[in-house]
Amino acid sequence: MKKQYDIAIIGAGVVGALIARRLSFYDVSICLLERHIDAAMGASGANSGIVHAGYDAEPGSLKARFNILGTGMMPGLCRQMGVPYKNTGSLVVAFDEDDEARIDDLYKNGIAENIEGLEIISGEKAREMEPALNPGITKALFASTAGVVSPYKLNIAAVENAVANGVDFIRETNVEGINGARGGFIIQTSRGNINAGTIINCAGIYADDIAAMAGDGFFHLTPRKGEYLLMDRSEGGLVERVIFQPPSDKGKGVLVMTTVDGNLLIGPDANVADSKEDIETHADSLDYVYRTALRSCGGLKLGKVITSFAGLRATPDTGDFIIGESIKVPGFFNAAGIESPGLSSAPAIAEHMAGLISESLGGLVEKKEYSKGKGNHDFFRDMTLEEKEKAIRENPDYGQVVCRCENVTKAEIIESIKGPAGARTVDGVKRRTRAGMGRCQGGFCLPAVIDILAGELGISKEDVMKGDPGSYIFAGRTRE
Amino acid sequence: MIENRSLVIIGSGPAGLAAAVRARKSGIDDVLLLEREDQLGGILKQCIHTGFGVKIFKEELTGPEFASRYIRKVKELGIDYRLDTMVISMDEGKNITAVNPRDGLVVYKAECVILAMGCRERARGALRIPGTNPSGIFTAGTAQKFVNIEGMKPGKTALILGSGDIGLIMARRLALEGMKVKAVCEIMPYPGGLERNIIQCLEDFDIPLRLSHTVVRIHGGHRLEGVTIARVDELLKPVPGTEEYVKCDMLLLSVGLIPENELSREAGIIIDPVTGGAIVNQNLETSVEGIFACGNVLHVHDLVDYVAIEAERAAKSAVEKIKGKGKDPKKRIQITAGNGIRYTVPQIIDYYDENEKIKIYFRSSDKLDESRVTVTCKGKNIYTKKYKRLIPAEMEYIKITASDIKGRKVIIEAEKR
Repeated sequence: MKKQYDIAIIGAGVVGALIARRLSFYDVSICLLERHIDAAMGASGANSGIVHAGYDAEPGSLKARFNILGTGMMPGLCRQMGVPYKNTGSLVVAFDEDDEARIDDLYKNGIAENIEGLEIISGEKAREMEPALNPGITKALFASTAGVVSPYKLNIAAVENAVANGVDFIRETNVEGINGARGGFIIQTSRGNINAGTIINCAGIYADDIAAMAGDGFFHLTPRKGEYLLMDRSEGGLVERVIFQPPSDKGKGVLVMTTVDGNLLIGPDANVADSKEDIETHADSLDYVYRTALRSCGGLKLGKVITSFAGLRATPDTGDFIIGESIKVPGFFNAAGIESPGLSSAPAIAEHMAGLISESLGGLVEKKEYSKGKGNHDFFRDMTLEEKEKAIRENPDYGQVVCRCENVTKAEIIESIKGPAGARTVDGVKRRTRAGMGRCQGGFCLPAVIDILAGELGISKEDVMKGDPGSYIFAGRTRE
Repeated sequence: MIENRSLVIIGSGPAGLAAAVRARKSGIDDVLLLEREDQLGGILKQCIHTGFGVKIFKEELTGPEFASRYIRKVKELGIDYRLDTMVISMDEGKNITAVNPRDGLVVYKAECVILAMGCRERARGALRIPGTNPSGIFTAGTAQKFVNIEGMKPGKTALILGSGDIGLIMARRLALEGMKVKAVCEIMPYPGGLERNIIQCLEDFDIPLRLSHTVVRIHGGHRLEGVTIARVDELLKPVPGTEEYVKCDMLLLSVGLIPENELSREAGIIIDPVTGGAIVNQNLETSVEGIFACGNVLHVHDLVDYVAIEAERAAKSAVEKIKGKGKDPKKRIQITAGNGIRYTVPQIIDYYDENEKIKIYFRSSDKLDESRVTVTCKGKNIYTKKYKRLIPAEMEYIKITASDIKGRKVIIEAEKR
């Protein structure tokens, strides 16, 4: 680890990672600081994974602007990086006249923002498109540009891409203080000081604390929790498009969707969390999610739930994304308060931020050679029989299926550990390969994944963690 | 690569092993046994406690001993098997696509198939236990593998949720390996496992069994720090005010087994929503002709001996089919699990021969003391058997004679005498 960088990015969520990737095309030294052991361990790893059409936000807001731009960039970006993305379209369904008025407002918002592919359709037409929708649905707003993406894979692919282009990904490093000024910031971390000319604050739910450390705590973030239920892939395909209920002041409402990996996902609710670390799920919240989702589709089966989780929205008191250079502390840039539609907006925020930084540093020069991503990458599960046969012939580890539920092979698990910014934990392997994400939730593959991690990282099994340090799996051996 | 086989058996646990041995002994010389792990034996490998083999070998064996008796026969008989081999798809035409590191991808075209894939454990997510998401929550079977195969301790102090047999056996196992077991919680008012296990695994080790209790909250950031348990009412809902915090760094779940029928569904086999296994006739043939099922992939058994016995029956049926001795039934009879009966296996009787004695396995849906099981057909009682006690945890069977069945439907019921 060097101690001196042109640019330090704080936070390796999807926003920080995409900014790091974009800036890695230029001839500058960059570090990406992450308090966790891996990327995508905050909100970027626990959200709906939706690419929104962009009609929700108030016209003229940063949310509207970056959402629409980002959604346009998403398909190409995912192709470059080999990230699963699907243009599914979405429906906001109305159950009564009040709802119809709400979706009319959304439609008008969208038209004001020149969003293509919006249409108000009848309840019958909606059910024709999505037979699982309830008969009580009177009208719906269809948006053709909406889609689904794997948020954590997008996040991790961006970090890997950045690292391949020379960015230092510094994990398990907590920022504790920021001193100095533009051109000579000193970042105090849990691993010592790091000097940087420019700082980009992408610290997610902690971005207000980081901004305050830098001397410009002009905004405050409230963690608002959303809880989800994820169902077996056998239920995926119940709906093809993302099904929203009309938004309220609490959020975009409970949705029903098939994730890009083929599971059925319902949620989230919205409640102020107890703290910035509070990702506990609650029986009443999960009940609420299920009951509310049933209003859209009656055919949801609680018995098919394979896991539940919660994520935190970083809701700013400014009412909009906070993007740009601090007025009080030049050289310190914020990409903060990135709540929904943050994932959809992230590609455009990265592009915009790269422009701001380049301008601030007097014009950055592109590297002679750099990568924009590893390109299309097929998982074993998605290969044709011929491709599978060939893959095993070239590397027999492809013939060793480790995760039975998701058909993840030993070759893929090894690759996920060895890659740039590779996995170091069981959850890291899971997010990169889906091993353990299936219906048995790791019951079968956990022992094998632990063995492979210990072998590849050259550590003992007792030192293999689920996630951050302290999340050990074994307390010791039965015999010494 | 394409390979033709008379009989392919998927899974080499007790069901697959017993089926392979029986089929080979009955003259099928190209039986192929496919196993996804690196050794034959399935879950028996990690079941180092005794209690296996009492019915078949008339002695108490450990799981590995029980398996090794069959494995020896597999090797003596020269039965072909493939290890590290994962079946990735199967179709209605009995084309089985499998991969392994040595042979690559192979499509086996089988005349008959015996499904013996076993089951998996229900995980935390399926129970929707709220709380945080720390390390330290394992299914009992995974913990059993860690302790018995890998020699690793998955924690120091445990609470076990669910009194299924694996949970009970793991309670004893953890105690023997120097870990502490605070309690076994069971949501139902009666235990889920066999009575002998309650005595031998809990009572003998002073481990409390908390009936009508469940886990309502998980605590801990990185590693489990404790759980909140609560009493449940008759509707199995937690009773407010009965919460208790239990400090532990390990939560083991023994909350049910789910037959692994993803391949079966892919092949178009009709699944019984209650058992989670295929709907079969008395020959254990599924809705797809030539595909048979046995063992825990068909329905979850309490004793391995019964699994092996069932597997031999499946093998016998498959062999008859391969040898062309299969006949068309005169009629098909539907068995309905009526009041007091959770499920039956088979669910269908194919009527071939009036003298055929048909064995029907069943589980009661509740605990019933001093009870009676009846079979009726067209409103007429054709069979009655008295039981001192029926409990869902213990599988029972009855035998009826084909000629007694006059209609196309029979109903099995259980009630208190």
